[in-house]
Amino acid sequence: MTSIQRLLYFLTLHRTGLAVCMVSLGALLFPVLDDNPYTLGLSHLVAINTLVVLGLNLFIGYAGQISLGHATFFGLGAYGSAIISTTWAVSPWLSLILVALCVALLALVIGIPVLRLSGHYLAMATLGLNFVVYTILIQWDEVTGGPSGFAGIPALSCADFVFDTPVRQHYLLWAFALGAMLLMLNLVRSGVGRGLAAVAGDEIAASSLGVNTQAAKVKIFVLSAVLASLAGSLFAHSFGYISPDTFGIFASTDFVIMVVVGGMGSIWGAAFGAAFLTLLPEWMDIFDTYKDLVHGGILVLVLMFLPQGLVTGLMDMLKIRWALRRHNASA
Amino acid sequence: MSRQLWLASQDTKLQDGFFVHTDFLQFILSGLTTGSIYALIALGFCVVSNTMGIVNFIQVDFVTLGGMFMFTSLFTLGLPALPALVLAVAAVALVAMVLERIGLRPARSANHLVLIFLTVGLSIILRGLIKLVWGTNRMALPPLSSDVPVQILGASVLPQALWIFGLTMLAIAVLTWFFHRTSLGLCMRAVAVNPTAAAVVGIASGRIRLTSYAIAGALGGLAGVLVTPITTLNYDVGVLLGLKGFAAAILGGFGSFPGAILGGLGLGLVESVSAGYLSSAYKDVVAFVLLLLVLCVRPKGLLGR
Amino acid sequence: MLQLNNISKNFAGLPALCQVSFQVPQGQLTALIGPNGAGKSTLINCITGVAPCSSGRISFDQTDITALPAHAITRLGIQRTFQNLRLFPRLSVLDNVLTGLTCEGGSSLFMAMLRLPYLRHRERRLKLRALEALDRYGLTAKAHWPAGVLAYGDKKRVELARATVGNPRLLVLDEPVAGLNAEETCVVAEHLRQLRRNGQTIVLVEHDMDLVMNAADQVVVLDSGQCIASGTPESVQRNPMVLEAYLGRMEATA
Repeated sequence: MTSIQRLLYFLTLHRTGLAVCMVSLGALLFPVLDDNPYTLGLSHLVAINTLVVLGLNLFIGYAGQISLGHATFFGLGAYGSAIISTTWAVSPWLSLILVALCVALLALVIGIPVLRLSGHYLAMATLGLNFVVYTILIQWDEVTGGPSGFAGIPALSCADFVFDTPVRQHYLLWAFALGAMLLMLNLVRSGVGRGLAAVAGDEIAASSLGVNTQAAKVKIFVLSAVLASLAGSLFAHSFGYISPDTFGIFASTDFVIMVVVGGMGSIWGAAFGAAFLTLLPEWMDIFDTYKDLVHGGILVLVLMFLPQGLVTGLMDMLKIRWALRRHNASA
Repeated sequence: MSRQLWLASQDTKLQDGFFVHTDFLQFILSGLTTGSIYALIALGFCVVSNTMGIVNFIQVDFVTLGGMFMFTSLFTLGLPALPALVLAVAAVALVAMVLERIGLRPARSANHLVLIFLTVGLSIILRGLIKLVWGTNRMALPPLSSDVPVQILGASVLPQALWIFGLTMLAIAVLTWFFHRTSLGLCMRAVAVNPTAAAVVGIASGRIRLTSYAIAGALGGLAGVLVTPITTLNYDVGVLLGLKGFAAAILGGFGSFPGAILGGLGLGLVESVSAGYLSSAYKDVVAFVLLLLVLCVRPKGLLGR
Repeated sequence: MLQLNNISKNFAGLPALCQVSFQVPQGQLTALIGPNGAGKSTLINCITGVAPCSSGRISFDQTDITALPAHAITRLGIQRTFQNLRLFPRLSVLDNVLTGLTCEGGSSLFMAMLRLPYLRHRERRLKLRALEALDRYGLTAKAHWPAGVLAYGDKKRVELARATVGNPRLLVLDEPVAGLNAEETCVVAEHLRQLRRNGQTIVLVEHDMDLVMNAADQVVVLDSGQCIASGTPESVQRNPMVLEAYLGRMEATA
């Protein structure tokens, strides 16, 4: 083996780890290059959305199911953590964990009966749940603050180190986002991940290979709900103010669009989708007027031409082309 | 009469109508009124679900669009009420067919997941277009005929409620006739029972899908035309109504037409009685709590197979 | 090893299988034959739990597996292939074969996410085994292709590799050579004989009589959902009931 070949072999063997390192480095250096609070605020949003979309992406891409209510879990995480830590004066970290556990339980209670059904009943169940939670957030104003929102949420802290400046929050949020990304990358590259991919591809074949499809779907649903709840809690603690409008059904469809842009089942795509849709309004001045048209248009066009989603669809095309070229070269 | 004044007069009329001994009857009647609307929307969901096997999220916006077209034909074109209604319903049906043809047909995948996401996307686009054309302000539509309440068994009923009952009945009758007496209707039922077999005997799936969208659009549009004088008209008025219509469809057993009607009426009744006796702040939540309960306990719905 | 007692299966009242009983002895190749619509695939679906039977009892090594779900049956050591391929077109050929090792890959979401060193080693071992299996079936060159772009014959072999890679205790093959040309059929037949020599217990559903008569130790004949004969290939070939099932209709029309 020549040294170049050895280098290439090393690069392909550790491609995932290296890519994660590269992205981490980027996140690490970003505040040094640009510490404008507005830009950092955007990067916070990207990190938080990435967390939600990672879970949702896994659920849509690997369980083959639709959830139109992930803003519910996001909102429950945010409000739960806000209420527990502000009203009851519990430590933010503890409240974050408590809420995540409660959300996991809720997802379990909904997921077990509904995911037993064939067809896409879960889409409706989650949409209904989203509506119920949204109404409660608005109506129960003595606890949630009602339509005007909930303010004065304490920031997270480690001993005396409080995550209260945008730069500190940037590191906190991206640590979470990248950590979750690494965990998900590990998951999809494992035997469990292959089992899940089998479930999305063909349920009968998957169960014949020994995958408990029902349990797998519920597990992934709960995992994605927990990630969304975590993202919600981080959102509440780093922005200090939340209002119900962030967690309505339209927020849920926005998450779905992020998943579709990223491509179903693609972990890197999740981050790309979250970043793309979060930053889109920044690039377009007239965005507010045409927001629905642009969002809907993206969703429809991507699905029409690349049913697997933008990033995944393009990757699939590349993989096939690559395989055929190697085949032709060898033949 | 200006619209604000008209709305205000509606409020006082409703309050005047509340006499303790007729409360229950009043709740039943108003429940049946909204229930009929839910039933119409639920039927629209079922038609598309039976022929294509997907949840058609655009149904939600057909309802809004019905009200919007009615507004335009009444105030911009200056038509009288009934022709305006027919025009509005036909226009929604047309829009539905166009959406199916250019929005869903070219999809490269027959995967249900993808098709459902496509309807979500089309629904977002349609809502954006409605916002652009009609704006985001709240508007009010006048009822189809006079707004003097009629007394029935001591409860006061708005003539609009009678219109809703009557036209819902008519729609159901026409649908029944269509599905049992016309060859196109028979073809659609065949597709619902077994799509593959229907394709094998030469039923063109394209025409069936187009028809099912037209019917779904007409049903949603009719619901929108009828309900917006009671609520107000807004670019997203259909979202909540549509979702409740879907809850009704599942309640009755998704895909079953009698189930959709029964589910719609049942949901309307439960909602209005619970709003009357429990709390009106959480009125909108009832439908979805019911939906979640049904999905957990009896997922096939009341009349599901 | 596998024992079927009075298996019946109805589809909406129509009997597809009626009181079928036979045994699959360890280390032998049992062939299941019969005319189209005899209920062979239905029977396989009953055994593997894809479509549970209506009545009767199936036991595998003294364990009652009648009512178990498909994944639990697979975990006991029964692997199968499908008549009309069920590969995962978007996954690579290697990953497709690796899914055949699901039972050995662990099922804990947490552990998978942490990817501790022991898991890494296990992954590497599984990957080696999958590559060996690919090598056996001559697919090494295409290991990184998406399975969807393979030719039909290759797909069939990938399924075979996926079913055998985990060394199942019982291998159920549903028409492994259907749709293959003579040359490819020979290759698959050779693979079957190889598996048989290694002591693999196999249930084979097949229409190709040459293959069945050459490879099978025991032949079970189904007709219209009933088991009409069983025994060695020679005895079945001479059985008048079997001749009638395959040829009798011609006489009736003659």
